[in-house]
Amino acid sequence: MAALMHNLKRALGASLWLSFLTMPLMVIRVDTVEKVVTWRWKHLLWMLIGSFVLALVWHFFMDRRDKGGAAAASMDVEPAPSRLSGWLANPLVVRPLMILGLLLAVAFPFLFNMYQTNILVSALIYVVLGLGLNITVGLAGLLDLGYVAFYAVGAYCYALLNHHFHLGFWVVLPLGAIVGSFFGILLGFPVLRLRGDYLAIVTLGFGQIVKLVLENWNDFSFGPSGISGIARPGFFGVSYSVEQATTYMYYIMLGLVLLTIFVTARLKDSRIGRAWLALREDEIACQAMGIDNTKAKLLAFALGATFASLMGVVFAAKTTFINPASFTFMESAMILAIVVLGGMGSVLGVILGAFLLMLLPEYMRAFAEYRMLLFGATMIVVMVFRPQGLIKARRKVYQINTETVGQA
Amino acid sequence: MSETNRKAVLSIRTMSMNFGGLRALSDVDLEVREGEVVALIGPNGAGKTTFFNCITGIYTPTEGEILAYPRGGNGKDAAGVRINGMRTNHVCELGMARTFQNIRLFPSMTALENVMIGRHCRTRSGLLGAILRPSATRREEQEVVDKSYHLLQRVGLEKVANEYARNLPYGAQRRLEIARALATEPFLLLLDEPAAGMNPQETLELKDMVVQIKQEFQVSVLLIEHDMKMVMSLSDRIYVMEYGRVISTGTPAEVSADPQVIRAYLGEEHDA
Repeated sequence: MAALMHNLKRALGASLWLSFLTMPLMVIRVDTVEKVVTWRWKHLLWMLIGSFVLALVWHFFMDRRDKGGAAAASMDVEPAPSRLSGWLANPLVVRPLMILGLLLAVAFPFLFNMYQTNILVSALIYVVLGLGLNITVGLAGLLDLGYVAFYAVGAYCYALLNHHFHLGFWVVLPLGAIVGSFFGILLGFPVLRLRGDYLAIVTLGFGQIVKLVLENWNDFSFGPSGISGIARPGFFGVSYSVEQATTYMYYIMLGLVLLTIFVTARLKDSRIGRAWLALREDEIACQAMGIDNTKAKLLAFALGATFASLMGVVFAAKTTFINPASFTFMESAMILAIVVLGGMGSVLGVILGAFLLMLLPEYMRAFAEYRMLLFGATMIVVMVFRPQGLIKARRKVYQINTETVGQA
Repeated sequence: MSETNRKAVLSIRTMSMNFGGLRALSDVDLEVREGEVVALIGPNGAGKTTFFNCITGIYTPTEGEILAYPRGGNGKDAAGVRINGMRTNHVCELGMARTFQNIRLFPSMTALENVMIGRHCRTRSGLLGAILRPSATRREEQEVVDKSYHLLQRVGLEKVANEYARNLPYGAQRRLEIARALATEPFLLLLDEPAAGMNPQETLELKDMVVQIKQEFQVSVLLIEHDMKMVMSLSDRIYVMEYGRVISTGTPAEVSADPQVIRAYLGEEHDA
């Protein structure tokens, strides 16, 4: 009860203060043509009520969060797994959900129209990008702010090869992956000795370099005007309509997403994945325990870049037009946000994060100019209440074979 | 058993380390023989940890030779492997595993996973193995898990195998570090102040554990330690360092009687 009173007081204080601060903006309107000042006191009232309610809700949830945290700390144990992750650990819940999800995914283009399918294809591209960056950032702990550069490498790889040599999508897809991994290693070498902030700055620079080269080297990349008329993926030489193309693209993406999930999930629970985690935790100890840091880092960069480059090829084929404007720092930041928001190192978390961050702005178009504002607010709320991301990376539970333990 | 007839596993000749104008180590000679426990003692700042960092490849010594004689070394290795400036992970792969003065575990990995990391350099499965998971990889994985669990049992941590390393009590973290080092199958175990911050009871247990481990895994041990009771009762030979030089060496009895050592530890008496 006392807590409620306290919260009420705090909320009242906050709303009064905010109303006072915003009064000149919200209440006073000066009409310079008529030379009159209108006082819109009704707005102040709305401001007062709105901010009061919001503040109250905010304090309520903050209290709940703090109580949960304090309880966990006092028992000196890991905070109890949330109900959500408890469900996610139960195969009886997960299996049917997965099957349902897969069925829905397969049937999607027939259930919804082309517009929806197109949005989903974009979201799926970001799922793969997120999972790729998750290897570099989430598992190996190498903060890469220039990830979009590899995306651009893949896209230009396909666009240029298609433009000059008329190579098809299916030929360039593996080729793009190889070129991408090569660029990953190219970036990896100079940053081997760097970590933390320094690594972030250098990778940020790398992203900018790639974009600037693409913008300015007209003979090579056709500059800011970009490349158009890129061929869509071939389907055994059969021609198809735009609508069919979308459906086709969707199934290609679905396949690639499943492949990526499979590969990243397996990598995470492997000898290599463990080495990455150790690298993230303590670089010096990691090397002192016999892990080749150089190899582990280069592999993380190369694999992350491979997935980005793959998606670049798909992106170029999907839009049939690319220019450097698609590969700005904003994209890198967005992909990083997907990884952090979803939960670093968690495959499922990154998938959810990608859907949330890609679909939310799309479906919030109804709010017109407020949508980015709402989008930002959503991100803040998620990070305040779930700082470890939507879904915390789950650790593999190892089965010990007791019979052989003695002999080992 | 005659001490002198044993084969050397690590021999260091006139090693020096300069940091700019500062001479942190100066003409250090040291030898560890098979099955020995050798202690390196000295006041704070004597250069003991620098010495460790030099022989594990974290620093490259300015002068001198560090030669290791790995177990099962072939004809070429019989002359010793020169490890000056070798990369840290290669030193570990060679068979010299260390612990750290300020514990360096992987805090948000479980105890079991920490030990499993130690198995990394003794296993081979690569990228394709990780993705396709053929039976060879699965067998190797299971072996890693089982061996790591066995090592946890050896240091008495099997009950907390699935706890995060950061949640373990201090003494357990120290033991976990030793288990992790053992997982790399070393011939020489380098312990940097293993008893630091332990109470007398824990120190005693640690001492017994080191003796047992030495027997069971047939490793030689080189340790830095400040706890004199432990050093005196555990080591076969002791090297005493001061200001980057070895000022005395010998059995515990010899060293503790050396006036130079007493002076280094207690200071000189100035008679007016």
